[in-house]
Amino acid sequence: MSFRLVAAGLVHANGQRALRKVSLAARRGERIAVIGPSGAGKTSLLRILATSIRPTEGQVEVLDLYPWQLNGAQLRQLRSRIGLIHQAPPIPPRQRAITAILAGRLGQWPWWKALLSLLYPLDIAGPRQQLARLDLADRLFERCDRLSGGQLQRVGAARVLYQQPDLLLADEPVSAMDPALADLTVNQLHAEAASRGATLVASLHAVDLALRWFPRVVGLKAGEILFDLPPVKISDPMLRDLYASETGPLPTQDHQPLEFGPAGSRGPKSRITVVPPHPL
Amino acid sequence: MNTVSSAERRQAWGLCLNCWLILAAIFGIVWASFAYLSLDLMQLFTAEAGRGMADFVSRFFPPDTSAEFLRRIARGALQTVAISAIGTLLAAFAALLLALPAAGRFGALPKAASRLVLNFMRSVPELVWAALMVLAAGLGPFAGTLALALHTTGVLGRLFAESLENAPPEPARALLESGAAPSLAFVYGTLPVILPQCVAYSLYRWEMNIRMAAVLGFVGAGGLGQMLYYELSLLHEPQACAVIIAMLALVILVDAASAWVRRSQLRADG
Amino acid sequence: MFPSSLPRDPDAPKRLSWAMVAVVALWPLLQLAEFNPAALLDARNLKVMRGFVSQFFPPELSTEFLALLARATVETLAMATAGIALALLLAAPLGLLLAHSLSLSRIGPGPGRGRGEVLRALARLLLLALRGIPELVWALLLVRAFGLGPAAGVLALALTYGGMLGKVYAEILESGDTRPARALLETGSGRLMAFFYGLLPSTAQELASYTVYRWECAVRASVIMGFVGAGGLGQLMDQSMKMLNGGEVSAILMIFLLLVLLADKISLTLRKALA
Repeated sequence: MSFRLVAAGLVHANGQRALRKVSLAARRGERIAVIGPSGAGKTSLLRILATSIRPTEGQVEVLDLYPWQLNGAQLRQLRSRIGLIHQAPPIPPRQRAITAILAGRLGQWPWWKALLSLLYPLDIAGPRQQLARLDLADRLFERCDRLSGGQLQRVGAARVLYQQPDLLLADEPVSAMDPALADLTVNQLHAEAASRGATLVASLHAVDLALRWFPRVVGLKAGEILFDLPPVKISDPMLRDLYASETGPLPTQDHQPLEFGPAGSRGPKSRITVVPPHPL
Repeated sequence: MNTVSSAERRQAWGLCLNCWLILAAIFGIVWASFAYLSLDLMQLFTAEAGRGMADFVSRFFPPDTSAEFLRRIARGALQTVAISAIGTLLAAFAALLLALPAAGRFGALPKAASRLVLNFMRSVPELVWAALMVLAAGLGPFAGTLALALHTTGVLGRLFAESLENAPPEPARALLESGAAPSLAFVYGTLPVILPQCVAYSLYRWEMNIRMAAVLGFVGAGGLGQMLYYELSLLHEPQACAVIIAMLALVILVDAASAWVRRSQLRADG
Repeated sequence: MFPSSLPRDPDAPKRLSWAMVAVVALWPLLQLAEFNPAALLDARNLKVMRGFVSQFFPPELSTEFLALLARATVETLAMATAGIALALLLAAPLGLLLAHSLSLSRIGPGPGRGRGEVLRALARLLLLALRGIPELVWALLLVRAFGLGPAAGVLALALTYGGMLGKVYAEILESGDTRPARALLETGSGRLMAFFYGLLPSTAQELASYTVYRWECAVRASVIMGFVGAGGLGQLMDQSMKMLNGGEVSAILMIFLLLVLLADKISLTLRKALA
């Protein structure tokens, strides 16, 4: 089991409810997209899985452990196996891309290695390889405040790829990228998850991206799970219900209308070689 | 693909050459400072030094809390507050007088002269002023009051002069043009503009002066400092300890009070 | 009788009572401070002062005394520098401990919350005591423990400025963007590495700038350390003062001014270079 939420709920300190009775489980190696309107609780869900916030109700189990019953050292150990790609990468502006990526392994490295790497990166090839996967290898030594929003997002993704977590979480990881780059990035997340048998959970703003890439799609609305289905079983009315839009367009990458063709035609574009969905 | 080129290795350094040089210079200066003072820090952490230190500290406890001594401490603390209050008040008036020429109201020569005087008063530390004033006015809190007043005049005078220079000239000019005497135009047109700022500066300075007044007594200028110096020189450690605790309490009290005033002011402004 | 329709100044009673409070409060304060301007005109004091000040010119400029002065000046600067270096060693761990942005146990909140809060409260208390006692009091005490000389001055500076730096470091670490550090803590990094990788890049300038400012203050403070026997220029000043040697005092005063101005300049240039 990769993670399991049992009737998890979250009420923020200001009394606002973010999640209500969410039950969700994934086996190792599953790949799940979370979609829903903004404010639906996608980020809260991911942060609970990342052990970044503690649910106020219900149970959470991650990588076969109950995070909030662990002691400090065990919790740290667990956290180093979970990677969360933030929508706005939390990277100090003056830091260089390579340093920001190396920081992904701070939970695994001994302190002397981390300290020395501030002066001279002890691993150059690793971060460069991760950036190259996202088509950004030439910015390895660039300062992060000189990168565009999409480039910074890819540095944030490269950090988590470099971390090599067992549970790969992504919160709107491609929101600032153009469709081609978004496809490339999602493809690389899949490839990483598949190559190491890691579990991937990504929240996505663009419905078409979710339907095209993920074998399992969870619809979240007002803090509750509306559906949890493979894309072939998701219909246009379900999506309209999710986004509470009767006639307007559904959110897609380049504002192309969503087409509901026969199942299978929604496969990834041939331009990119994709890892086939894992037989589970 | 995954071999790192030498160009990349050169680029990879996390700090620029200049940063390394500056860091090295700082370390060099710090090392030179310790060497010049021939300080051996390791000596502080030997068992013997530890025992000596523990013995030294234990002589201070328990502090003397007899009612009679506490009364003397209370008087010393009040005297410290009085020294700082009168000193700051005197300084505020003197600073306002000196700020007028320093802001260039009477021409270039008085401006340069008054600035020189203010700079000199500011540059001489309070404790040096106190040592001088003990000669001029005799031992006791009056010397401390004068010392604080002299140093603080230098500090406040410069700040007041800046406020004066930045004050809008229109209100006073309007009064002058309607036939008011220059001094009255100042009192009705300029002073109301700068007064709140001057009061704020003076209060802030008073806060710092309370801390300072607590130590001026070391050269014989009254207050808690004089008590501490006296008790320590007689090797009355428990009494000295009580005085130190009183100083700490006074400083914490002033800190808390000024934080409270500032917060309530913020709330009133917001 | 005034006609009752004539309005009176509504603020007048308030102003009057404030003025009365001020006068009533001022009187005991003047008494406590033994305020007595006549003492300045006392014949004996005047004679001492006149004799003393008349010696100010010319200042003592013999090579022997100048050499002494130069040595004391370098000692003063060295004391300030060594004191700040030690203060940094004291303040950095305490500041890191205090900063909430580096608190692992606050995430969740997770295990060790209570212990963390207790530790933080203790550290805050320690810093308060360190900076609440003026450096000159520390020096006076340490001179008794370590004997006359600059060692006591350096340690006194280290203690007081350690307390000040520690508090402000923690404030700086909490004031900026703390999300990078938090994100690192959430991927299992330790707090020290979260500081180096997540907080230091964005706060290094401010931390360094404040440290330089405190060095400037330490120079001013170490100038007077000698009055309690803790080395530097102050010790020379104290001796000359006790011997009523006006020429030496005026020479030392000039060095004071130069030193304070120099520290001002250096600090300003360094902080500008950092900004």
